[in-house]
Amino acid sequence: MNNEQLKERILGLVPDAEFQENKQFLTFLIPPARLHALAQKLRDEEDLAFDFLFCLTGVDLIKQLMVIYHMESTRHKHQLVLKVQTEDRLNPAFDTVCDLWKTAEFHEREVYDLLGIRFNNHPDLRRIFLDEDWKGHPLRKDYTDEVNIVEL
Amino acid sequence: MKEVVNLPVKNIEEEEYHINMGPQHPSTHGVLRLVVSLQGEIVKSLKPHCGYIHRGIEKMCEKDTYPQIIHLTDRMDYLSAHINNHAVCMLVEKALEVEVPERVKYIRTIIDELNRIASHQLWWCSFGMDMGGLTCFFYGLRDREKILDIFEESFGSRLLHSYYTPGGLMMDIHPNFQKSVKDFIVYFRKKIKDYDDLLTGNIIMQERTKGVGILSKEDAVSYGVTGPSGRGSGFSCDVRKNHPYGVYDKVEFNEILMHEGDTFARYMVRMHEMHESMKIIEQLIDNIPAGDYSVKMKAVLKLPAGEYFQRVEAARGELGVYVLSDGNKTPFRMKFRSPNFSNLSALDHISRGGKIADLVAIGGSLDYVIPDIDR
Repeated sequence: MNNEQLKERILGLVPDAEFQENKQFLTFLIPPARLHALAQKLRDEEDLAFDFLFCLTGVDLIKQLMVIYHMESTRHKHQLVLKVQTEDRLNPAFDTVCDLWKTAEFHEREVYDLLGIRFNNHPDLRRIFLDEDWKGHPLRKDYTDEVNIVEL
Repeated sequence: MKEVVNLPVKNIEEEEYHINMGPQHPSTHGVLRLVVSLQGEIVKSLKPHCGYIHRGIEKMCEKDTYPQIIHLTDRMDYLSAHINNHAVCMLVEKALEVEVPERVKYIRTIIDELNRIASHQLWWCSFGMDMGGLTCFFYGLRDREKILDIFEESFGSRLLHSYYTPGGLMMDIHPNFQKSVKDFIVYFRKKIKDYDDLLTGNIIMQERTKGVGILSKEDAVSYGVTGPSGRGSGFSCDVRKNHPYGVYDKVEFNEILMHEGDTFARYMVRMHEMHESMKIIEQLIDNIPAGDYSVKMKAVLKLPAGEYFQRVEAARGELGVYVLSDGNKTPFRMKFRSPNFSNLSALDHISRGGKIADLVAIGGSLDYVIPDIDR
């Protein structure tokens, strides 16, 4: 499917998807409550078949926290970028997609470790790089560390 | 007379126990710790503990300019340093809409492939050593030295090059470059036969790898196992074919696919890939167009606000670079989708039910580089 067809197909699944301008990929933002149901359809429906999640990124947008899913279909070769974001900086949480794409298990642990975003129903949500007793989440824009970060 | 005390003997075959493999263990190829849960010598489950060499490269990138970031990417997967540089350079060029000269594309493609061969040579020699054949280690390093000599001749460094810059190359290739590369290919074509004689045909090695650590195609896609490890399971994931960059669309080469998904298949994919890389280099080395080795770039590179993504085929799989720019000279957020990180996530799944000795072979065939996992 080309991007125009994909766009219509996704609007049929999630009418409140908010499309963003991007030269490379079809990019859209959806409400977090719809994430898991849509991800399931994107993976399972014959004409979509997004079976390869090639990147999962967490971003701190200062006001919001965002998670980006880059996915591709190995059968149809089309790609898209799915985004969810929340304004809750104290207890940010999204549904996990690691039951759909197993690679998400490690990537979500990384996002939790470095940005403090929790993933509901994740089987093993622990820090992956930093120590268990590390304070704070370093990729947050408001993170400060006077010992390890040298400001020039 | 002394009384004989019968101490209770625990049956090690029935009870589950844990062994720490690493962080200092030769077969983990770096500082990776695997907590292996065993019953007898059967692996029940396995938990990788990463982060021993986590340097926060993504956080550092937020404070660095794009030309500075290139130097950090060398230090992720240091065995495919050129290819990591290539990803960032292409991303910056794409964002600034700069078209690099054909000469640059040719040279970059040739050097990427030389880098891939060097990386596979080091993989082969350490894999042989994991299997108990120390001779492999000497053979592999001896031949890798030839490539490092070519690199040294052309741009002075052997491991962490940072040779590519946004817009081109740091300097032109050495006048001897073409001859050295052609000599190397003649030399290595002969030597790679030794590799097959020494290890590929070895019955002990085959017994230890065939049918061991099977990863199905579905799981390879789901775990995001890319590169030679994914192609050993039949997952067609070669970025050079699917999303060509450089001059990969102008050369003929095969994407090596094996369908067994076991350790031996992953081994064979890499062995064939070395031949394919030599084929690519041969098609390009005599046709490097004349021209500039770099285009004039601004002194301070500011990417227009927006999101950019660049995928390349590193020696171990797909490297993705994501940049969210707010229009400044430093990225707002930079993310590296490193191939080894995803490949490692499959290790637990494929080593379950095997012997602990198989774990060494499986780990060797996944060919992980720890600084690329931890970043």
